[in-house]
Amino acid sequence: MTTATSHLDPALRAEALASLLAERGLIDQATVDSFIKAYEQSVGPMNGAKVVARAWTDPQYRARLLADGTTAIAELGFKGAQGEKIVVLENTPRLHHVVVCTLCSCYPWPVLGLPPSWYKDPSYRSRVVREPRQVLAEFGLVLGDDVQIKVFDSSSEVRYMVLPLRPPGTERLTEEELAALVTRDSMVGVAQVSGP
Amino acid sequence: MTARPGHGRAGRADPGYLLDAAGVAAPPRDNGELVFAEPWESQAFGVAMALHQAGHFAWEDFRQRLIAEIGDWQAHRAGQEEWNYYRCWLRALERTLAGAGLVSEAEVGERAALLAAQPDRGHARHEHGGREHGGREHGGREPSAAAPSGAGDGR
Repeated sequence: MTTATSHLDPALRAEALASLLAERGLIDQATVDSFIKAYEQSVGPMNGAKVVARAWTDPQYRARLLADGTTAIAELGFKGAQGEKIVVLENTPRLHHVVVCTLCSCYPWPVLGLPPSWYKDPSYRSRVVREPRQVLAEFGLVLGDDVQIKVFDSSSEVRYMVLPLRPPGTERLTEEELAALVTRDSMVGVAQVSGP
Repeated sequence: MTARPGHGRAGRADPGYLLDAAGVAAPPRDNGELVFAEPWESQAFGVAMALHQAGHFAWEDFRQRLIAEIGDWQAHRAGQEEWNYYRCWLRALERTLAGAGLVSEAEVGERAALLAAQPDRGHARHEHGGREHGGREHGGREPSAAAPSGAGDGR
């Protein structure tokens, strides 16, 4: 169903909706703005990077993280909307994980923030399931034939995050320095982490 | 579906149709891309979060409508209308709120038409805040004191 008005500029519709809701006392703009600000500035892949760096440096944490991602992530203070159940997928030299949401855009917000546009794009969502090796190559990640690729489909029940391989040559780095190396894309599985 | 230019330019997973996410003019986020391309997108996001937090709808209800909108775009509008995730989001939100009896789609349409008819509005400018995504200072990533509880604010 597409009403004629839904072709109006979405900016106008968004404003119209907000003004009607405000008039009815259903929202106030300060609350709306605080959500926007939180997701623009505070909730993002820097959170997931800290989780990864901890897992790389603390074997016990790593074990807890792989056994129960949600709880281990909450240990570092990251929880909230769209993070009710997070499962962490461990990459190995022979097994690479990549995450998609084929139906919409399910994504572990507390550790990665809001998803990037390519994650929500119809092309990524359909193609990475059919031809993951090719899609990863387009991202610049060419994996050897001896590396198996597994695609995981996030949903509202389970959201996935990848624990990437720790790059060689980083043995002397601190946890904080390691976190700075970890990228969003490596935690979705479309990239690997590069050394310093 | 035709291939989008969003993937893999120069070996990077660069959302090419937004900004140079990796370059010196990187958007105001560490380790990620710009979250919202336009102010109305952030408004649609924030309104959904605020209403959900206040208990006005179940997230799963919204999500099912979002899936339906995305599916509808792929089935019927791909090729005619440019892909925009937040357009689907906004439509899903409108349907959710109409379903919950809060605001009807007709009311939104009437109000939008009214706003469009205001003489000095140019092209649907948002007044609140004048949020400029490109110009934010990079350094001060503040802890999320302002985040409402339950926003996944990383405490």
